[in-house]
Amino acid sequence: MTMLKTLAPYEFKSSDALENYKGKQLLYVNWERHRMFSRPFVLALPPETPFSVIIDQYMTDCFSYHPDWKQIDWKTVVWQNSNTAFKPDRNKSLKENGIGHKDLIRFRTPGLDGIAGTGY
Amino acid sequence: MDMKVAKKLGLKERYSLMTRDLAWDTTFHTTEEVFPQTTYEGIKIHDWDKWEDPFRLTMDAYWKYQAEKERKLYAILDGFNQNNGHLSVTDARYINVLKLFLGSTPPLELMAARGFSMMGRQMNGAGPRVACQMQAVDEYRHFQTQIHSISNYNKYYNGMDEFAHQQSRMWYLSDGKSFFDDAITAGPFEFMVAIGFAFEYVLTNILFVPFISGAAYNGDMAAMTVGFSAQSDEARHMTLGLECIKFMLEQDPDNLPIVQRWIDKWTWRGTRKLASVGMMMDYMLPKRIMSFKEAWEMYVEDNGGSLFKDLARYGITIPKCFGQTIEEKEHVTHQSWIGFYMKPDATPFHTWIPSPDEMDWLSEKYPNTFDKYYRPVLEHLDAQEKAGNRYNNKTQPMNCQVCVSTMKFNEPGDPMEMCFRESEYKGEKFHTCSDHCKEIFDNEPEKYVQTFISSHQGLQGNCEPDGVDVNAPDYKPGSQMLDYWKLDKRATGDFNGSDDQANFAKWREQATKN
Repeated sequence: MTMLKTLAPYEFKSSDALENYKGKQLLYVNWERHRMFSRPFVLALPPETPFSVIIDQYMTDCFSYHPDWKQIDWKTVVWQNSNTAFKPDRNKSLKENGIGHKDLIRFRTPGLDGIAGTGY
Repeated sequence: MDMKVAKKLGLKERYSLMTRDLAWDTTFHTTEEVFPQTTYEGIKIHDWDKWEDPFRLTMDAYWKYQAEKERKLYAILDGFNQNNGHLSVTDARYINVLKLFLGSTPPLELMAARGFSMMGRQMNGAGPRVACQMQAVDEYRHFQTQIHSISNYNKYYNGMDEFAHQQSRMWYLSDGKSFFDDAITAGPFEFMVAIGFAFEYVLTNILFVPFISGAAYNGDMAAMTVGFSAQSDEARHMTLGLECIKFMLEQDPDNLPIVQRWIDKWTWRGTRKLASVGMMMDYMLPKRIMSFKEAWEMYVEDNGGSLFKDLARYGITIPKCFGQTIEEKEHVTHQSWIGFYMKPDATPFHTWIPSPDEMDWLSEKYPNTFDKYYRPVLEHLDAQEKAGNRYNNKTQPMNCQVCVSTMKFNEPGDPMEMCFRESEYKGEKFHTCSDHCKEIFDNEPEKYVQTFISSHQGLQGNCEPDGVDVNAPDYKPGSQMLDYWKLDKRATGDFNGSDDQANFAKWREQATKN
């Protein structure tokens, strides 16, 4: 239950409500154990965007700076949506893959643990 | 005829006449109508006269002391500036400390001035009202003197002229802005715990030591003098914060759980805010005073620990987050520097990879973590830079909904894993960086759903410079953030190869050679 105390009615909209994105939704992406990227990145995309675009365009643009990127065996990659395991279909859209507004995609690349195995 | 000389007033009488006696009881309206803020937070006060003013400082004495300090301060600033004092700092990298400080601190002093002005109106009781008024004036003075001391550098170095514009817009300044926005929109008692106690008392030394001593160690007489000029005020502020905590706890036993929750919340919010200060100590000061870890141990664990022992008799326990802050002291500065280093386009100050001897210093100061987690990646990035492939992560960050830090902290107990927490409120997901920020969100979600997250606002199209046509077919929201921030491109990028680096070297040579 909220602990907020106010002198008057207090109702404000979320700054990041879905309707503020005019047909797009927010998506966060994090490469686990590759903390050289410091934090996940955020995108605003239409829910119809194919998942392949996330990998081939956005993830590649950002993550290919890391020497581990070339070594990834995509068959072994472990995907999570927040803390729930899931298997994205490259050819399906975000929506068809069950990815909603402000979801956080985390992917793990077994055997690749960053520079000198430090998690970076 | 004999003159009748009135007896000079004693200190106590003077104080009484000049503070307590200035108050009056309301007659047109009830006290509750005039001071509604003192009750709605749930804090119960039975007798405002029990408030002890530990300083007994009256306004007339206050003006006299402060004026004297101002005269000394500006004499030193003038001397420093006229003698090209900026060329006597250790190394031009130091100036980036001032740029980071200028964006992040004076605007918050101004917010503190506003906050304490509000407290001066909202509190019922002449003692606290006068004390809050004086603190408001102090905070305003700090805001001004900090800017004045740095303004001379602005004539010579890039990236300092738009700090006021950037304060409420730029990604890395959002944590401090959110900190004060949260405090100032709370009630007066929570504000006092947030700023008067958690920030001024528990954490202020962590801000002062690196900045003032850092300035002294690195030859910046201007900033050092500003710090010393503020320090006697700080002692008064700390006492006010502590007095307020004790007053609340002594007035009613029902106040304890509320005060405890605020202490837990604000100690954590302050800790998150100080991550970038720690980074300045460990990475940005060319000549270092002590590591962030050492400072944390001395000022927070030891001093803060004994403070909480003292408060135990009121039933107050050590803030919930204490354990996590102790674990994080070995990590946060390294994680922060990597976070800034990888965004060379997006800050009005320069970043760099520490030199080999600086890395050795870090290994010595952080024997448990630096070589194991951070040295390899810094050496890798150094090699990349030297090969002409300087790191530049062009993506936009994910931020914590509460502290608005980028989501860069590790899972407690596992430095290789990122820490993510999330909550759902009215069908929307909200992400936080830690258990403590999640708890703050869950306690008052109505407040934190409004958080300004720069990257999100950019993607909504709310961060466009003047003249951008948002209806143009090729319009891309958030693609012109740098212009929206009025970021001076000369101030961005790596320190190596910067204007500042070249100019400082040239001017110093002119000053020391024929």
